[in-house]
Amino acid sequence: MHFDQISQYLLSGLSTGAIYALIGVGFSIIHNSTGIINFAQGEFVMLGGMLTLFFLSALKLPLIIAVVLAIGVATLAGVVFERLAIRPMKDASPISLVIITIGGSILIRGIAMLLWGKETHAIPTFSGNDPILVGEATILPQHLWIFAVTAVVIVCTKLYFSFTISGKAMRACAYNRRAAGLVGIDVKRMVFFSFAISAAMGSMAGIIVAPLTMTSYDVGVMLGLKGFCAAIIGGMSSGLGTVFGGVILGILESLGAGLFSSGYKDAIAFVILLVILLVRPQGLFKKGETERV
Amino acid sequence: MKRIVTLAAVLVTLFVATTVMAADPVRIGALFAVTGPASFLGEPEKNTLEMLVKEANAKGGIGGHKVELVVYDTQGDVTKAVQLANKLIKNDKVSVIVGPSTTGETMAVIPVAEKEKVPLISCAAGIKITDPVKKWVFKTPANDHVAAEKILIQATKLKQKNLAIITVSDGFGSSGREQLKALAGEKGFKIVADEVYGPKDTDMTAQLTKIKAAKPDAIICWGTNPGPAIIARNIKQLGMKVPLYMSHGVASKKFIELAGADAAEGIMLPAGRLTVYDKLQKNDPQVKLLRDYDQAYKKAYGVEASTFGGYAYDAFLLITGALKKGSNPEQIRDSLEQTKKLVSISGVFTMSPADHNGLDLSAFEMIRVAKGDWELVK
Repeated sequence: MHFDQISQYLLSGLSTGAIYALIGVGFSIIHNSTGIINFAQGEFVMLGGMLTLFFLSALKLPLIIAVVLAIGVATLAGVVFERLAIRPMKDASPISLVIITIGGSILIRGIAMLLWGKETHAIPTFSGNDPILVGEATILPQHLWIFAVTAVVIVCTKLYFSFTISGKAMRACAYNRRAAGLVGIDVKRMVFFSFAISAAMGSMAGIIVAPLTMTSYDVGVMLGLKGFCAAIIGGMSSGLGTVFGGVILGILESLGAGLFSSGYKDAIAFVILLVILLVRPQGLFKKGETERV
Repeated sequence: MKRIVTLAAVLVTLFVATTVMAADPVRIGALFAVTGPASFLGEPEKNTLEMLVKEANAKGGIGGHKVELVVYDTQGDVTKAVQLANKLIKNDKVSVIVGPSTTGETMAVIPVAEKEKVPLISCAAGIKITDPVKKWVFKTPANDHVAAEKILIQATKLKQKNLAIITVSDGFGSSGREQLKALAGEKGFKIVADEVYGPKDTDMTAQLTKIKAAKPDAIICWGTNPGPAIIARNIKQLGMKVPLYMSHGVASKKFIELAGADAAEGIMLPAGRLTVYDKLQKNDPQVKLLRDYDQAYKKAYGVEASTFGGYAYDAFLLITGALKKGSNPEQIRDSLEQTKKLVSISGVFTMSPADHNGLDLSAFEMIRVAKGDWELVK
């Protein structure tokens, strides 16, 4: 086993891990403000890529405008989804809401399929295809974009949740909806915000990964699941926990494929998920919570 | 006066009745995975068959028979395929069935066709379908091992001894993997790396790094879009200079578009002739048919005709030929088996009681990507 091989595995793992992390953070944000897991998160990722493609190829807009518009439209989709599917269910339990999000994801996927067809599409990379050498291993310029955007997003969400009133209010809702309502927080508004933010983030993730992963109406399923794994490993934190979760997942996958068998790559990811759910349901990095009576 | 009217009415009725009897319609059933994961197969197949039936009926049918087409969508689901096959035979009383689109569905439907004695012309490629030969079962796509053999013949020409294979972990990939390993063993190649990837995977650099370390003379990748396109890009990213072969699963311009002309440059693959009809020699017997099909399909549906749709085209031509000798299931089966030198989309079919596929190595051309387009490998 050569060192350059290992370094390539690590680097590949790191770059896929960053993708998972970015998607995972979207899961965490909604979970942290509503207590539900939004399984339509992967579809926002898909919408980001597909909308960018649509604005680029059908309307012939420049990349930057296409990206901004795509994020805008995907956010709108997130907001509409919350209004039509989540809000009308007034006193539904979190589990029914989770099931609604699964239904929503199938609907969004179906609409995307009817609108844009079933084909896979390629999107041009933002800054070329020339690989960058890191020691013996290589990455693409697009990976740097992913690292950068992930970093910026994590810092922004951290600042938002720790230092702004609405960020703190969202955390309060997650901790105890009823109590948050009693101290004057508009819980519905917070839920609404959380959907808008995570749709925007999901679509952004979809846009920057699309040049590497390509995009099609069903790209959100697998990416969504992997992002969900990342969020679970990270204990549904909207900060560094999920990033580490994603990176750990990515690196284990690529080491697993490289050193053991590539046939079990996905199995490795889901076994990790199951083990963590069983052994440390609060995630790898969170202290266990004690219930006060 | 009244009598005359009655008489006229009787005459008209008789006349209509006799014309109907002279050419009773033929009912063709079709099972395609029009939606679901295999829709890239089922959709062009359905479109093609509908287009051909419409065309034939506009010209007065096949040999005087009007054609009635009943298409059902199996969604790629084995259970549905079996139910719908029963429905086609018992409710719709079809004389012949085209499809299903995938090997799994076909294997499930075969017992139904055999039991009810209705000829089945599958559009799936799996070798198990017609090997061993089943009395009522035919298929139009060439066997996977024909494509695999074509690649290995090319590798022999280029004196590549050590091969790495990377295959997708679905039915198509695992069938290809089996064939490649078996054939490579027979022909004295050495498989130095045997990797797999998931159909939805987005990065294969880990597998390719492993392959790189095994130092193969060539890599063979077996999958359908988008995986192979990602692999082509990853190989470029890793700076690997090893020649790359693809399977016939990506034999469309879409692959070059997805991989990018730069990363796709030099990749070789076996392809049905539809992909390269404009580069074939003028006297090739298939050229005219291929061009007509592509142009008619483009006109009707606005997109390029695909090899997969071609499988349904083959089935239709086989049926057309068979109908000349009678239209009940038994007669159709017998004349299908006697098909000789039928020029069609996938190749030139010659069936026999021992061969219910009827295609050989000539069904594929070896092609190479050059400057974003295909060229024939000489």
